Amino acid sequence: MKLREIAHSRTGDKGNISNISVIAYDAKDFPLMREQVTAARVKSHFAGVVQGEVVRYELPNLSALNFVMDQALGGGVTRSLALDAHGKSLSSALLDLDIVPALDGK
Amino acid sequence: MYAHKGDGDEVRTIRIGSGAGYSGDRIEPAIELAEKGDIQYLVFECLGERTVALAQQARMKNPESGYDPLLEERMRAVLPICASKGIKIVTNMGAANPEAAARKTADIAKSLGLSALKIAAIVGDDVLDACKDGDLPIMEFDGTIRQLGNRLLSANAYLGAEPMAQALTAGADIVITGRASDPALFLAPMIHAFGWAMDDWNLLGQGTVAGHLLECAGQITGGYFADPGYKDVADLARLGFPIGEVGEDGGLVVTKIAGSGGAVTAQTCKEQLLYEVHDPAKYFQPDVVADFSQVKVEEIGPDRVRVSGGRGAKRTDTLKVSVGYVDSYIGEGQISYAGPGALARGRLALEIVRERLKLTGVETSELRFELVGVDALHGPDVSAHANEPYEVRVRVSGRTENLREAVRIGNEVETLYTNGPAAGGGAWKSARDVVAVASVLLPRELAKPQIRFVGA
Repeated sequence: MKLREIAHSRTGDKGNISNISVIAYDAKDFPLMREQVTAARVKSHFAGVVQGEVVRYELPNLSALNFVMDQALGGGVTRSLALDAHGKSLSSALLDLDIVPALDGK
Repeated sequence: MYAHKGDGDEVRTIRIGSGAGYSGDRIEPAIELAEKGDIQYLVFECLGERTVALAQQARMKNPESGYDPLLEERMRAVLPICASKGIKIVTNMGAANPEAAARKTADIAKSLGLSALKIAAIVGDDVLDACKDGDLPIMEFDGTIRQLGNRLLSANAYLGAEPMAQALTAGADIVITGRASDPALFLAPMIHAFGWAMDDWNLLGQGTVAGHLLECAGQITGGYFADPGYKDVADLARLGFPIGEVGEDGGLVVTKIAGSGGAVTAQTCKEQLLYEVHDPAKYFQPDVVADFSQVKVEEIGPDRVRVSGGRGAKRTDTLKVSVGYVDSYIGEGQISYAGPGALARGRLALEIVRERLKLTGVETSELRFELVGVDALHGPDVSAHANEPYEVRVRVSGRTENLREAVRIGNEVETLYTNGPAAGGGAWKSARDVVAVASVLLPRELAKPQIRFVGA
């Protein structure tokens, strides 16, 4: 299944750094998300977009992950050549990640 | 107003409305808040990252300009209601010229017959001289302030809540600032109303949670959220803007006016809590280093969400300064293809322009060739498996050192009309200078905010 089935997401921007939150609709899916949506996977999903490091922060109280992606916005929102200079559309692209459902069918 | 807490202890509470999340935002939701929101404070956050730099350019041409272009429209819309109900206004619509904005607001108030209003401008965020004196290093790239030479336009420190709170305590009905941290616009009424100490880091941290949640207005009431079939939101055309009910103990409930469009849910609050946040345990603000890592979000009623657990640590010794400078020029051209073979013709068009820019020697430091509808947003790798669309839009953009070169990029797309693939339509081009922003850290004591009162 797609990450979109279990999580929602929002992108924010500061300079040349994009952050994407990934929030489980249901707290029971948070462990699955934490296991499979790693910083390395996000970095490879955004090959060609994110030039720098991807760091993941965990917020178990919110069943959420926050990905901070360096050198992700074409040199910075205020100077980027990109159509979507803020990278606002990146959150939807991340929800396209494939997730392997847990064995017990959750 | 008073709210009851458990065993009957009364906790003083204020209601703060968020009337704008950016400079061009809708105006009617702010009027709705003033009329029906039972609020004591109305905050307008209208200052984007580079807006001060652009406003500074305007001010250099005309000393009475340099404030938000929608100031007059917004003030005319809300001043009569706010004055009659005693609602205080806090805004960063001062941009590069808070004093001129205050004088303009006084004129508007007078013309509306509201002569008793006290209007305060907060000045001192302009720290260009201090930044030049210190030749401070730029955070985003190698270089210093002075190395920007005559490309340097402005340097404005993100001021904290204290001068705005002092202005309210001194009796201001309207507080107009330039560059200040966005959450501080909301923190100021809390500090003023509750007398919070400027070193009560946990209260300032929780107050920052409130300000951060409210500062983008509609983004917490269902805007920037809807995804049909997954996250449905009713009545976005009449989106209501948020109200924060804040207690003197930092307790926070986010809500909106009954009957307005949108929704306040745990989901909208969580998305906004993490919006533009890096390390959630260290959200750097001028007044506090806020910690969002232990925040809890709980739906307590329809469109009512309690947000608790924000904390804070001692503020840093530096203030972030936004530096505006002329970065480069960008030239761009677009043209569309449709029907069978649209994708192949779009790709051919890109190849032609790529070769033309080489042949004619257009000088660029960066170029993008893309097909809108195919790979423009996330590049060829991410979108490799997309289906063939009915129509595509060719887009070529490039960075140049001057306007003349930038113009040549759009021209090479436009000439595809008569020189390119079959049936290209709707060509469009632009060339513009790019005012960009970078950041430096300034020792805190070098920014000296002041309050200037203007009577209506």
